[in-house]
Amino acid sequence: MKVLVCISNVPDTTTKVRFIDDNRKLDTTGIQWVINPWDELSLTRALELKDVASNGIEKVTVAHVGSVAAEPVIRKALAIGADDAIRVNAEASDAYFVASQLAEVIKQNPYDIIMCGIESSDHNGSTVGGMLAELLGIPSVSAVSSLSIENGTFVLTREIDGGKENVQVPAPFVAVVQKGIAKEPRIAAMRGIMMARTKPIAVVEPAAIEAYTEVMGYEMPKPRAACKFVDAENAGQLIALLQNEAKVL
Amino acid sequence: MSVLVFVENWDGKFKKATFEMVSYASIVAEMSNSNVVALSIGNVENAELEKLGKFGATKVVSVTNDKLNFLDNQAYTSVIAQVAEKENAEVVILSNNNTGKALAPRLSVRLKAGIGSGVNHLPLSITPFVVQKRAYSGNAFANLLIKTPVKILTLAQNSFEIKENGSSTLIENFNADLGEGVVKTVVKDVQKQTGKILLTDADVVVSGGRGMKSPDNWAPLVEFAELLGAATACSRPVSDEGWRPHEEHTGQTGKIIAPNLYFAIGISGATQHLAGVSSSKYIVAVNTDKDAPIFSAAQYGIVGDASKVLPKLVEAVKEMKAK
Ligand SMILES: Cc1cc2nc3c(=O)[nH]c(=O)nc-3n(C[C@H](O)[C@H](O)[C@H](O)COP(=O)(O)OP(=O)(O)OC[C@H]3O[C@@H](n4cnc5c(N)ncnc54)[C@H](O)[C@@H]3O)c2cc1C
Repeated sequence: MKVLVCISNVPDTTTKVRFIDDNRKLDTTGIQWVINPWDELSLTRALELKDVASNGIEKVTVAHVGSVAAEPVIRKALAIGADDAIRVNAEASDAYFVASQLAEVIKQNPYDIIMCGIESSDHNGSTVGGMLAELLGIPSVSAVSSLSIENGTFVLTREIDGGKENVQVPAPFVAVVQKGIAKEPRIAAMRGIMMARTKPIAVVEPAAIEAYTEVMGYEMPKPRAACKFVDAENAGQLIALLQNEAKVL
Repeated sequence: MSVLVFVENWDGKFKKATFEMVSYASIVAEMSNSNVVALSIGNVENAELEKLGKFGATKVVSVTNDKLNFLDNQAYTSVIAQVAEKENAEVVILSNNNTGKALAPRLSVRLKAGIGSGVNHLPLSITPFVVQKRAYSGNAFANLLIKTPVKILTLAQNSFEIKENGSSTLIENFNADLGEGVVKTVVKDVQKQTGKILLTDADVVVSGGRGMKSPDNWAPLVEFAELLGAATACSRPVSDEGWRPHEEHTGQTGKIIAPNLYFAIGISGATQHLAGVSSSKYIVAVNTDKDAPIFSAAQYGIVGDASKVLPKLVEAVKEMKAK
């Protein structure tokens, strides 16, 4: 059985973003790139599943659509423990473009479990996983907070509004994962970092796909009014302000 | 032409978020000179379906089928796509909740329609179709051009006011074509959270961080929330430590919420925390450290110890309610 983990590289989550080119492009100066937090967790879960021999997972591959600039992040995924990687050599113009490129890769070389994060912390789209499943015509389970293999059956927990459901789906399927899928992201050990240097990254040229959407520009959130302080001794006054001034109570 | 809005029900009932979506759809329809058609999947009584008319749905398409008792992304996508095609939908609107996030991308491929996800404003323009959406986890907004003839939007909860502007609505039962073997998701069991206000639905949220010091100190926070009819939330370390349930974790890697009022008690205001709450209309912070970053995001603040401030807030709310 083979597992594919789709990874996105995103600015470190503490980055104060700035834009250039008439607010059309992210200013990447000084940005630290990291594996999207959910993708790091899904890779961790994939490796945990592979560690249990009876699960029968031979290989965990990571896939990324992006330029050569993302290779450090891909190497990091290999250092954490992925066996190999595929990079589709193209600027990720929108979610549909990315999902279509990934679908092409998977059609060439099928996987049993495909994992995507619930969103990327840059575009916040929550779209690639579901699109990929539809393009492949296979089931998807979204908001997955646990994934295990029990006697060859895939058991997933998904979050619904106001609860949780335990579900089963046949492979191949796409699991769109969220919090809970793994406790802490696995960290690369020295040995892993050494080994990652020789692990293969296959570079694939993109298929001709037209994006559905285009970012016209970015805007910064409006600065909020300065904070109005209420004295701790008279904390109760806050309630009156919320009621009469802000009118939210 | 129409604007199709997919409305979910909870045990046969709609929620405030449903009416927000229909209200939103009716303004989008006005902007694009079309009508709102609502699609309901599951057993909902006509009296409940008719409520959608008040918010602007001129027609409600109701699909009931035992195969659709549980969410199967492929089956639901197929039904929504059939109705979208039948109604000649130009815009399809879903909620940006877990169901909407599961279905919208599949529908996007099926209808060859670009998605604007998590939108919280009306479209900036209809031709060309441009929407504003969250980007960089709340640190920016992107103005997104959707280039396809059909557009899909997922609407962030609590981002649009309910407006009653319609009247009666036509209810139509539709027999969706669902072949054998379409449904592949087998639901083994369901654990529902009952009797509590859902964090994502709440108008007011009271949230505690590590500054609460211990899980044993939560009683006044919970009491305060109950008095306000608010939902409770927490920062990530609090749920990681097991002080509070994971469902309460808000922020970049937890729930993203946009209540009218968010109380951050003993929360430092890390970027990743703010990513989940920065769309709140008002943020109130209680923190011992006057330089805590949360005060830069807040409109009201108290520099003080949570254990001393919370009882005072509880008292004040009780007084307010007694009036
Ligand atoms: C990839 C990534 C994703 C993350 N995602 C999230 C996320 O989704 N949500 C999230 O919350 N965090 C997230 N974090 C963690 C985040 O960076 C912060 O560590 C976290 O938000 C801090 O939680 P806190 O404010 O409760 O605790 P602290 O940062 O420890 O702050 C506690 C605050 O309480 C104040 N305080 C202390 N004593 C008192 C008292 N007696 N009364 C009142 N105030 C007091 C202190 O002054 C301090 O400001 C993420 C981090 C990473 C790297």
